[in-house]
Amino acid sequence: MRTYFQYWRDMLRCAFTGSNVYYAWIALLVLLTASGLAVYVIQLRVGLAVTNLTQQVSWGAYIANFTFLVGVAAAAVLLVVPTYVYHREDIREVVLIAELMAATAIVMCLLFVTVDLGRPERFIHFLPFLGRLNFPLSMLAWDVIVLTGYLLLNLHVPGYLLYQLYRGRQPAKAAYLPFVFLSIFWAISIHTVTAFLYGGFGGRPFWNTAIMAPRFLVSAFASGPAILILVFVAIDRFTDIEIRESIFKFLRRVISIALPLNFFLLGCELFKEFYTDSVHTASAEYLFFGLFGHGLLVPYIWSALAMSGAAIVIFSTERLYRDRRWLIAGSALCVLGVWIEKGMGLIIPGFIPTPTGDLVEYTPSAGEFLICLGIWAFGALIFTAMAKVALAIQHGRLRAQT
Amino acid sequence: MPGKSISDESTQKRPQARALRRVEAEVETALKTPIDRRGFLKRLGAAGATATAAVATGGCTTSWDTFFQKHYKEMTDEDKERVFARIEKEAEKRFGRRVTVSDPGPLDGVSFAFCISLSLCNGNRKCVHACVEENNQSRNPAIQYIKVVELDRGTLNLEKGTAYYEGDSVPAADKVYLPMQCNQCDNPPCVKACPVEATWKEKDGIVVIDYDWCIGCRYCMAACPYEARRFNYREPQVPRADINPNQGYLSNRVRPKGVVEKCHFCLHRTRNGH
Repeated sequence: MRTYFQYWRDMLRCAFTGSNVYYAWIALLVLLTASGLAVYVIQLRVGLAVTNLTQQVSWGAYIANFTFLVGVAAAAVLLVVPTYVYHREDIREVVLIAELMAATAIVMCLLFVTVDLGRPERFIHFLPFLGRLNFPLSMLAWDVIVLTGYLLLNLHVPGYLLYQLYRGRQPAKAAYLPFVFLSIFWAISIHTVTAFLYGGFGGRPFWNTAIMAPRFLVSAFASGPAILILVFVAIDRFTDIEIRESIFKFLRRVISIALPLNFFLLGCELFKEFYTDSVHTASAEYLFFGLFGHGLLVPYIWSALAMSGAAIVIFSTERLYRDRRWLIAGSALCVLGVWIEKGMGLIIPGFIPTPTGDLVEYTPSAGEFLICLGIWAFGALIFTAMAKVALAIQHGRLRAQT
Repeated sequence: MPGKSISDESTQKRPQARALRRVEAEVETALKTPIDRRGFLKRLGAAGATATAAVATGGCTTSWDTFFQKHYKEMTDEDKERVFARIEKEAEKRFGRRVTVSDPGPLDGVSFAFCISLSLCNGNRKCVHACVEENNQSRNPAIQYIKVVELDRGTLNLEKGTAYYEGDSVPAADKVYLPMQCNQCDNPPCVKACPVEATWKEKDGIVVIDYDWCIGCRYCMAACPYEARRFNYREPQVPRADINPNQGYLSNRVRPKGVVEKCHFCLHRTRNGH
């Protein structure tokens, strides 16, 4: 038990000591988190009126970011499978980073859902005994369960492995491998359930599509590895730890398959929408071409498609992706493209036009923007801290004193 | 979103709360302006310090008692008595009006239905206003359960209609009017959607909400195919004189901030045969 307290003390000390650049980075993230928190306090007092949400468009930036981040969390499975199923030793070196990123993404998801609640203090209504969870009928109840479960899995596996390493002990397979295999199926389930969350209702024809879950997973398998590439480039650049080329190669390959596949699925969706050309095409029409003179999202969706397209070119041209700068650009374009496409580009048009034919547009308010930024900064903060500790333990710099 | 006034009577009495409200109004104006407005951060910074201080002392909107309040279906008669008394007391404190909160249950062998003659509806929206008055809906921001869509005669394409028609008289030439509100679905998607069973269908067919259980996730609004649900983005404002004192727990009592509401078939009247 004493070792365990010592473990936490050592980890915290490791997480919050570093070079001046590191301190500056942490300070920036703390500042952004604090400003988001300050605006959230105001939102708690005033109500969600500080957002630009309306009776017509009742979900916005919070839920859009939530959706995107569920995908980031699910994408950890792309490194978990080759490590534990195919025993790729090179990937084993970085798999903990991916698992910690998944845990971070889930924390951010839960925060985005929480800030979207009108009565966050009533979260106890979700809990067993105190609340009345509408399970199995409500997809949101499912989502709460799978997200919490995935968070626990992704905290347990890296937490246990790092603790054993810290103590210089061999991890017991029975203590983590079953959870690893469970997490593989669980990763698919979180994004599937999140897709069903939108896809399950006839009243929103734009979301009511069978390929929502496949699209979610495929786009997540493009954006997740792209974020990992950016993280690994940063680790490579700012620490003395070297990330092997074979890991970049693996991630590049995944993106070069997933991103075109995402385009294909989008194409299928667009064919269904525009060839059918029923009244239910209105939302897609609003998103891609504008409807009755309203087209706020049109430039966003086309720039998202352009960004994804450019990323495909970069990830399939050897001369480009071998160059670190192009690799960074390609990954950033991929992340941004998917973020717009399945965030704002999927959630907002579901409400436009409304079932009664009302057409109200939406852009986030400054308050929403700052709260979103705060959550992203908080995510970056806990991920930086966790990744730093994990790397220190893995590379033998943080060990229990015996 | 119309209206920026967020004054209400009870908080006016407390200077600390009044200061807080002022800060809120200020910050909110700042927050609602476009992101690139230059003065925003400056104003936010000034307001932020005051707001933090005010919130630290200003306290929660929820008391311990309401925090652990049971779900409507789990309340005993004594629980209901206590809760209703609290709501009545709060209403009196806030609006200076004596109100009674009742809980008429569904009647045996009764199932409600409603009919609208579309050929008689002339689009005057009197029903919208009668509904607002009966049901203590927020006047600012305005929350209305019934939406009347004006359509060209001979078409049912709602996208081409409008709920914002104006003019000197109705009906306008060659127009028809389609009032829409909660249809009290037999198989309501909103009830399926709710993650915490805060909304359900009663045995007489009315779909109700426990406003003290709703977490405000608005998933039911996404699920509803008739756009029948409304969210309280801020504390509902009803002028003192306009309060309807005959209130039902599951129907027209003044709603808390941050919860969803909808047409409840005036159950405090209909279940009593009015």
